[in-house]
Amino acid sequence: MIVRGVQRVLVQGITGRQGTFWTERMQEYGTRIVAGVNPKKAGTEHCGVPVYASAREAMRETGFDVSVLFIPPLGVKAAALDAIEAGCPRLVVLTEHVPVQDVMEVLAAARANGAAVAGPNTAGLVTPGECFVGFMPAFESGIFRPGSVGVVSRSGSLGTLICLNLVQAGFGESAFIGIGGDPIIGTTTRDAVRSLDADERTEAVVIVGEIGGQMEEDAAEYMRDMRKPAVAFIAGGASPPGKKMGHAGAIVMGDKGTYASKRKALEAAGAEVLDTPSDVGRALGAALGDPSPS
Amino acid sequence: MAPGKRTDLTHDRTSETMNFEEHAAKPLLRAAGIAIPRGHPARSADAARSAAAELGGPVVVKAQAPTGKRGKAGGIRTADDAAAAGRAAEAILGMDIAGHRVESVLVEERAAIAAEYYAAVLNDAVSKGPLVMFSPEGGMDVEEVAASMPDRLRRAPVDIARGFDLESARAMLDGLDLGAGEAPASEASAAETAAAETAVAGALVALYRAYRDNDAELLEVNPLARLADGRLVALDCKFTLDDSGIGRREALAEKGSPERLTGLEARGKALGLKYIELDGDVGVLANGAGLTMTTMDVVTHHGGRPANFLEIGGEAYTKAKPALELVLDNPRVRCLVVNFCGAFARTDVMTGGVLDAWEALAPSIPIFFSVHGTGSAEARVMLRERLGVTPCETMDEAIAAAVAAAAGAAAREAGAARDTGREAGRETEGAAGREAGAAAGREAGGETDGAADRESDTARETDRGVGGAS
Repeated sequence: MIVRGVQRVLVQGITGRQGTFWTERMQEYGTRIVAGVNPKKAGTEHCGVPVYASAREAMRETGFDVSVLFIPPLGVKAAALDAIEAGCPRLVVLTEHVPVQDVMEVLAAARANGAAVAGPNTAGLVTPGECFVGFMPAFESGIFRPGSVGVVSRSGSLGTLICLNLVQAGFGESAFIGIGGDPIIGTTTRDAVRSLDADERTEAVVIVGEIGGQMEEDAAEYMRDMRKPAVAFIAGGASPPGKKMGHAGAIVMGDKGTYASKRKALEAAGAEVLDTPSDVGRALGAALGDPSPS
Repeated sequence: MAPGKRTDLTHDRTSETMNFEEHAAKPLLRAAGIAIPRGHPARSADAARSAAAELGGPVVVKAQAPTGKRGKAGGIRTADDAAAAGRAAEAILGMDIAGHRVESVLVEERAAIAAEYYAAVLNDAVSKGPLVMFSPEGGMDVEEVAASMPDRLRRAPVDIARGFDLESARAMLDGLDLGAGEAPASEASAAETAAAETAVAGALVALYRAYRDNDAELLEVNPLARLADGRLVALDCKFTLDDSGIGRREALAEKGSPERLTGLEARGKALGLKYIELDGDVGVLANGAGLTMTTMDVVTHHGGRPANFLEIGGEAYTKAKPALELVLDNPRVRCLVVNFCGAFARTDVMTGGVLDAWEALAPSIPIFFSVHGTGSAEARVMLRERLGVTPCETMDEAIAAAVAAAAGAAAREAGAARDTGREAGRETEGAAGREAGAAAGREAGGETDGAADRESDTARETDRGVGGAS
């Protein structure tokens, strides 16, 4: 999933403290926020946009292309199903600790209705210079700058560090796709890599993965036939097995989801796997055949 | 951990794996309509004897611990009468099974088993939905079945919107020989086979219902026994509660067995901080799970060993002081690396919290900073003014300097030990460590504005004042 500046964005949970704060940041940056949802404040205005009782009502009244949810964990299912039933094609679910069976219900409904979901537990998506959706520091010019590198990340903080290193090395980003740290998420690493592969503005891909699950291995399978160069960093190589490392998805069980398995699969697909995020600029330069990008 | 993600949480908590002991898991099956043996928990040999006497007839005495491998460890024994049950309980109580001390047993009636099946429902990341699994080869590790008899393990991904009904269950059982186990297939009549299939299909539907009703991450019955009279009984049950479901299953969660924690980890949990104790000496403080894991990785990459996982991003930054106390109370910690990359989390606010805590605790170990992203300009000013330190240019520099400082401190400790004639055997190790520390220190020198050297001196003078930090 890539969000671009032309897309109209609905904010579910717009009137809350975080919803308000990040709606203002998104608006300042240029994101087209067209409406918000809060059933208790329907009919009012907030952050300069109308507030509706539901996503369905917002769709009827103003229309939108993306919905971002600032909703507490146990409210996510109802809010997401509302957006999906409204015909929303893209959902960005920021919330952490959404019950997994709720996530499954949301993803099943999204599949049935042709909607894409980023998250849960994502920090959001950015197209530098155009828009961002979620709570990424798109407005930090040392971290996000228009360019040609697409970044896929399970983690917000680590994705930010990688972007910082990219920009310090003279690169910029075509898109940042935060996919989220939960074990079951809508847009997978493979889905995100595929959309960057198809994106005209993207010339190279950076995958920021983590131990746990099979998503990096699955993406590597796709990357075998991808022409665009890719580099990767996988967090958690030094983490003990059997422990959840902050992200629910980051747990190694037996030989599944290990650092070694992910590294091997990505290298077999032709991607350099970095030992430290600081190497990303050098590796991208090498991958693009240009050691000194301007 | 972004602020927006926790704003409306009614209770703050950290991720954990919530497993249930057999006696706490089995009632979920019974509530869904799957029979379980009559049984009683017992915390002493006497109680086990009484339980067996009440049940009458042969029993099985089972160690209660939230782990598999109980049978292999000798934690499951049969007994033909009450006296034998008491002896079995005596042998089992107090055992250590995979690190769990057994404090109670479950005494259950024992019946003649015709066949043992495997049944489970779990959250499947591949299909992004529930997965029902069944095998007629129960009573053994499902991994073994998957490896040695893959055609005897059926997997049915479920469309959660549609659910899992008798028809789905029958489809998944189609063509499987349910007479397997102790009775040869040829002896099972067609009528018995049909009856077994109906019973198993019903049990699978009930199991799926129990999985849905209890926010299970995994609900597994192994073995699901078919008795000689055709009845199905769940002889064991493993249940893992989705930790994100605890918020709406609080009464249930109270019956679970939380992950075993060290004293420091338990303190972290009580504070709402995810702290994992590791065996290295480089203390780690970072924001966000991904960045914290990465900090540990890069410590390892530079030849050091992390002492902990601890993230204080998002709203947890307000807990900088107790977080820092946790890190410093680990007696193995020889230095600290603080790695912030601000996104939604502001590095100036987090750095301010760490500085307040650092000043209050006045520890005398070296500290190294890498601070980037939102608020980093303000954070740098604070660090210079309050600590006289300039953060390293890159995360790698900060971490390399921390690794060098830890190695140097380790070398000095070994040297001091050697000088006083104690621990003579560690001489070689100490010398190597000193050399490595000196080399890495040279490499990192200057980048930290001399802080590494200055702090190291302090550390030497006070003979590692970590203890004074608490």
